[in-house]
Amino acid sequence: MRVLVIEDDQDVASYIGKGLREAGHTSDHAANGKDGLFMAASESYDAMIVDRMLPGLDGLSIIRTLRASDNRTPALILSALGEVDDRVAGLQAGGDDYLVKPFAFSELVARLEALVRRAHPETTDATTLTIADLEIDLLKREVRRGGRLLEIKPTEFRLLEYLMRHRGQVVTRTMLLEGVWDYHFDPQTNVIDVHISRLRSKIDKGFQRPLLHTIRGAGYKLGDG
Amino acid sequence: MRPRGGGKPMPARIWRTSTFRFAALYMVLFAISVVLLLGLVYWMTAGFMARQTDETIETEIMGLAEQYRRRGLNGLGQVIGERMRADPDGSAIYLFATPDYKPLAGNLDQWPPLVADADGWLNFPRQDTEAGEVPARARLFVLRDGLHLLVGRDIRDLVRTEAMIRRGLIWGLGLSVALGLLGGLLMSRRINRRIEAINETSREIMNGDLSRRIPDRGSGDEFDKLSEQLNAMLDRIEELMEGVRHVTDNIAHDLRTPLTRLRTRLEMLQSAAGEDLDGAGVAECIAESDQLLQTFNALLRIARIESHGPTKSASVALDQIAGDVVDMYQAVAEEKNVALEADVVPVTVAGDRDLLFQALVNLVDNGIKYTPPGGSVTLAVAVDGDDCCVEVRDTGPGIADAHKEKVTRRFYRIDGARGEKGNGLGLSLVAAVAQRHDALLEFADANPGLVVRLCLPCAVQTAPTNRAH
Repeated sequence: MRVLVIEDDQDVASYIGKGLREAGHTSDHAANGKDGLFMAASESYDAMIVDRMLPGLDGLSIIRTLRASDNRTPALILSALGEVDDRVAGLQAGGDDYLVKPFAFSELVARLEALVRRAHPETTDATTLTIADLEIDLLKREVRRGGRLLEIKPTEFRLLEYLMRHRGQVVTRTMLLEGVWDYHFDPQTNVIDVHISRLRSKIDKGFQRPLLHTIRGAGYKLGDG
Repeated sequence: MRPRGGGKPMPARIWRTSTFRFAALYMVLFAISVVLLLGLVYWMTAGFMARQTDETIETEIMGLAEQYRRRGLNGLGQVIGERMRADPDGSAIYLFATPDYKPLAGNLDQWPPLVADADGWLNFPRQDTEAGEVPARARLFVLRDGLHLLVGRDIRDLVRTEAMIRRGLIWGLGLSVALGLLGGLLMSRRINRRIEAINETSREIMNGDLSRRIPDRGSGDEFDKLSEQLNAMLDRIEELMEGVRHVTDNIAHDLRTPLTRLRTRLEMLQSAAGEDLDGAGVAECIAESDQLLQTFNALLRIARIESHGPTKSASVALDQIAGDVVDMYQAVAEEKNVALEADVVPVTVAGDRDLLFQALVNLVDNGIKYTPPGGSVTLAVAVDGDDCCVEVRDTGPGIADAHKEKVTRRFYRIDGARGEKGNGLGLSLVAAVAQRHDALLEFADANPGLVVRLCLPCAVQTAPTNRAH
């Protein structure tokens, strides 16, 4: 995918650019707000990464301006401000996700990919989600694998639903905390790992092909192979 | 944390204060000087009068004795008669008697029934025709042939003066003691109020509000000077503490970025080298750097929470948050064979949803961590008066009293036995959240185990949807 990086800190910009290249993406860089807005408006990108504090024009104004002119390019806001109020302000301006500096690169890529995917939903109002022989029914809240009904708790269902909606993508622990439990906080223990391993024991145990994979140093991925 | 129930001591009993003791000492000295002064007045007035009376009597006796020696008994009688006539109001007393005290001449009917002292002086009441019994003082003189001569004076004026001065002495003493006592009380009350203001401020500062300062009256007296000095000292302390915290936060902040990059390099190395090539070693390095990052993040988070004032807060259903915490940690508890239970009633508080969730997560996480398998952790939400309280009770080893005050300090770990992993910041974060919500955080014994209470003022009582488990 093609990503626009609007970031005035040269170090951070080249760090992001290098990482995106290594992950197989291309990127353009704008070092100030005005250039960034111009590039975002004139060219077509799959996603953009916007620093909140920029010389000239700040990140939130860029996004607000783009949204006003009906530009829907998914935008991920980078910021050193991590308070909930700041996050809310960022999302209200039209940002699609918010990441606090410094961040692990795997977190950035996972979120970016999720954004791009969300921008192109395959089916808008499906009531069932399927991967390989695993199927979940969103209305009946039922999970079947290979036709067999699995007994699953409400929390595990929500977790599985999130993973299903992001199937094939790496999902980080923070994304799960925010997406499944809707709280922004630091878990003290590996509480997510515990939930994942319980879910795994239900959907993968006794089946030949594992579907729920651990991606070292990054998070998890629900995928077929 | 609210400085509630912070053990505000009763004002010290006033007589135990040093100001009162000084006042009392001053009062005693004052009373002594009053006694001395009035004693001097007494000696100079009543004493003078008494001496004068005695001198007059003695002079008269000498005169009469001389008359007797020269002119014999008859001459003496004559002189006494003359003198009695010259003293019409009868203040002078004369009595001439035989050796066996039979009166021969004079203005006393009989010899007073009293024995004279060694010098021949005696005081006795004398019958007066008008005033009844009046005090008199006289001296006895024994003439040749054993005849007795008694010469005296009516001393009612003297006695009256003496009584008056004695009354003055008693009243003066009483009044000076009473006034001294009253003055001492007022003075020590006044001084104690000033000192209490200083104490009150120090208590609040010790309770964590370092921005408090001792009020200044603006009168420029020595208490104001003391307050100024203490306030200047507090400014300096606050500045230094701010500096230390600033340095810590800066270190955490500045190290976070390179550490994140290090982590990313490791990640890239891992994906480049493939899973087989020393994958485990790199993964451990990544885990280690994640741990460090988490510590830095926690430090910065605490700093941010502490430095912000009370945030514009929304209505938060505390019971719902508690339910979500239990929902999230149920799996962790089951893994460890610890029963995690919720016991909640619907309550609403004003606060920050994420921070309160974080605080409860830290408490429940600690509870599960320190409770041995087979034990239980209970998360209760209840109303206690005007407060909404969350209570996390576990059946672990609890916290010794000596540690209870200190567990909320950054990096404070109760040594040895526990050996659990963690960064020593969990309860500091809870304390910071409590402080920001004007909440009271308490650690108590659950016998066995620990009970942590977090009480914050309830919002207006509305009943939100109850998601109790």
